[in-house]
Amino acid sequence: MRIILHIWRQRNASDKGKMSRYEVPDVNHEMSFLQMLDVLNEDLIVRNEEPVAFDHDCREGICGMCGCMVNGMAHGPLPGTTLCQLHMRHFKDGDELYLEPWRAKAFPVVKDLVVDRGALDRIIAAGGYISVATGSAPDGNAVLVPKENAERSMDAAACIGCGACVAMCPNAAAALFTGAKIAHLGLLPQGQPEREQRAIAMVAQARQELFGSCTNIGECEAVCPKEIKLEVIARMNADFIRASLTGR
Amino acid sequence: MELNSKSPTGPIETRWERHRFNLKLVNPANKRKYTIIVVGSGLAGGSAAASLAELGYNVDCFCFQDSPRRAHSIAAQGGINAAKNYHNDGDSVYRLFYDTVKGGDFRARESNVYRLAGISLNIIDQCVAQGVPFAREYSGYLDNRSFGGAQVSRTFYARGQTGQQLLLGAYQALERQIGFARGIVTRDLISGKIESHFADAVVLGTGGYGNVYYLSTNAKGCNATAIWRAHKRGALFANPCFTQIHPTCIPVSGEYQSKLTLMSESLRNDGRVWVPEKKGDKRAPSQIPEAERDYFLERKYPSFGNLVPRDVASRNAKAACDEGRGVGESGLAVYLDFRDAIERLGASVIKERYGNLFDMYNRITGEDPYKDPMRIYPAIHYTMGGLWVDYNLMSNVPGLYVIGEANFSDHGANRLGASALMQGLADGYFVLPNTIGDYLASNKFEKVDASHAAAREAESDVQAVTRKLLDAKGKRSVDSYHRELGKIMWEHCGMARNTEGLKHALALIPPLREQYWSDVKVLGSGEELNQSLEKAGRVADFFELAELMCRDALERNESCGGHFREEYQTPEGEAARDDENFAYAAAWGFQGVGQPPVLHKEPLTFEYVHPSQRSYK
Repeated sequence: MRIILHIWRQRNASDKGKMSRYEVPDVNHEMSFLQMLDVLNEDLIVRNEEPVAFDHDCREGICGMCGCMVNGMAHGPLPGTTLCQLHMRHFKDGDELYLEPWRAKAFPVVKDLVVDRGALDRIIAAGGYISVATGSAPDGNAVLVPKENAERSMDAAACIGCGACVAMCPNAAAALFTGAKIAHLGLLPQGQPEREQRAIAMVAQARQELFGSCTNIGECEAVCPKEIKLEVIARMNADFIRASLTGR
Repeated sequence: MELNSKSPTGPIETRWERHRFNLKLVNPANKRKYTIIVVGSGLAGGSAAASLAELGYNVDCFCFQDSPRRAHSIAAQGGINAAKNYHNDGDSVYRLFYDTVKGGDFRARESNVYRLAGISLNIIDQCVAQGVPFAREYSGYLDNRSFGGAQVSRTFYARGQTGQQLLLGAYQALERQIGFARGIVTRDLISGKIESHFADAVVLGTGGYGNVYYLSTNAKGCNATAIWRAHKRGALFANPCFTQIHPTCIPVSGEYQSKLTLMSESLRNDGRVWVPEKKGDKRAPSQIPEAERDYFLERKYPSFGNLVPRDVASRNAKAACDEGRGVGESGLAVYLDFRDAIERLGASVIKERYGNLFDMYNRITGEDPYKDPMRIYPAIHYTMGGLWVDYNLMSNVPGLYVIGEANFSDHGANRLGASALMQGLADGYFVLPNTIGDYLASNKFEKVDASHAAAREAESDVQAVTRKLLDAKGKRSVDSYHRELGKIMWEHCGMARNTEGLKHALALIPPLREQYWSDVKVLGSGEELNQSLEKAGRVADFFELAELMCRDALERNESCGGHFREEYQTPEGEAARDDENFAYAAAWGFQGVGQPPVLHKEPLTFEYVHPSQRSYK
């Protein structure tokens, strides 16, 4: 099948950027979306045009490196699926697709579809951890974790830090990302001692990074490739309010 | 060159403890005077950087991704081994040690493996404390499952995302340090600026070199550049031909394929591997009656069944396909069938255990594994070889440490499932932070800076390579060369090797490499993010490494673990080792591109687990 792509091309952070049109004539149904971009890039190289820069690494939907807007949807049309796991059997001959980078003030464009997501690392650095020095841990079974809590913690911990939630949010909020880490650690007994401090510090960092505020729209949950639930934002807010009230 | 492994002697149970006591210490106030560079931020690099920073050293950690959380350890699915014996099923540190030495087909150092098995206990504790949400029983206790090559349940897991959760633990520990340890993580691919960074010691935790084959389960960015360039500057490269082929991957679907996806080994706990009894049987799997199915692993290896080690499972799958009994369009696949498990346990239990893997299979193939069996085929997955290191994890270049998959140390000729995560974290959290202090405390360091002759030379080398790649302005893309190299390696230095094929590969690779340098086409400039240029440098290194892998495979006239030389097999078609002549680690020294490398041998002695023909029957 033939796919028409309109791709955002931007040489570097200071370039203005524009959409360019390309055709990929022989797209196989079994191809992944990124393999289609590989094929396009090979073709561009033959034609002496610079290939499209896009981030990707594991291509198994777990590293969180890939992603772009496809017709206005982060990671494309398939729910619970990263761009690398999206396959062309979900498209049809003649489809026209518009590919753009994540758009958010906190994610400056590096080149074409590649953005800088360092702000997410800084949110984790502000408090997204449990402080335990190597070697000081008690036996793994010394602290019991009810199965249900372990499962819910794992649901939140599944976040891959891709930034789709931010890209889709009209406020460019990082609430789902931040909430997921707060929920992951806050649902475990090991995460309790730093729980309140963690909420305060991570929320403050997100604000400092120029992410917007959450207004409960829910676009983030709809596009999250790991299907993280809005509930984690509620947990974040609860932890934050409680910490604020106790003055910590 | 005399290779000194610095392996301790005496009773194996106390070797690490005694060795640790003899290591010199750096006093807490002096630690901040030392700078350590860690390259790579996966389980090994990330855990090392975090632990070193925690001790008070200045740590600079580098990775090529946009965040340390994206290193390819994240893709490990099934689990991590630890000899906790929580299930009272007869496990012990000694048994994990025994299984690993045997699983590695007697080509690893006993001292290292015993240490690894012992540390496995601490790793689980550490990760639980960090908040890794391991699977739990209803009682709240940690759950386990079994994995290939073992008859006990010692694998801890977090759904099918164990690597992700362990890596996030290490990543969070690393991020925690950034505030006060001045650890930095940089991505210097954006400006194209070439910079020298200086430290008192350098740690490479840069992973394996499976991407030599182009198609592998490695991430697209995985590369051998750091270890290969270190090798070219003197570090010995050990056992390069020991590569692991993982039996359960989603088969190749077309020429455009650029990456293979692994289906976790844990699936073999409940999935049964089979092919049709008859050659060329094109019926749908559901139409093939029970009597006409050959569950070849269960038939040939009744005691381990579907849970034989990876090398054995892979070779048998290949053999079935070579006989013309492969399934699917290409005939290069076997079935992994969950029908019986679903009947026995119900679809909901299977979904709970493997749901995300089934979903991934469905997304990629468009087929439903709850209804039809999965089709799987072996693919390159892991490399046991790597830079040679001593018991302290230091290479033969003083001050250069190598950890995780990047070194050669613990898995011999074949790695058991759920042991890569264990080794990465053992090296990073518990071994290196102890051993590196001994080096720092025992040496005096002169101040070096960018004006140092070695730094200037290395910088101008890098500039020259970049210029050469950009100036070639040839006809073919980097990927097209990489794909061609990969095909040569898969055919001649893949699952089965023989003298003729290896010699053929050694004749094909050098001219292709020459052609690459003059005919490659890299567009764009070197002054900004240029993904083709990144790839071009890596592929240039793969060309040289591929040649060394073939040489090593040709030199090793025996079959062991993942290295299967067709000339050396038992009458039943199993790997036939030659302990008399090849019980050594082959550590190669670089002599120049296209020049034959020099072989140094580190003899391996087995005092505890006596080499025998591996039997999983």
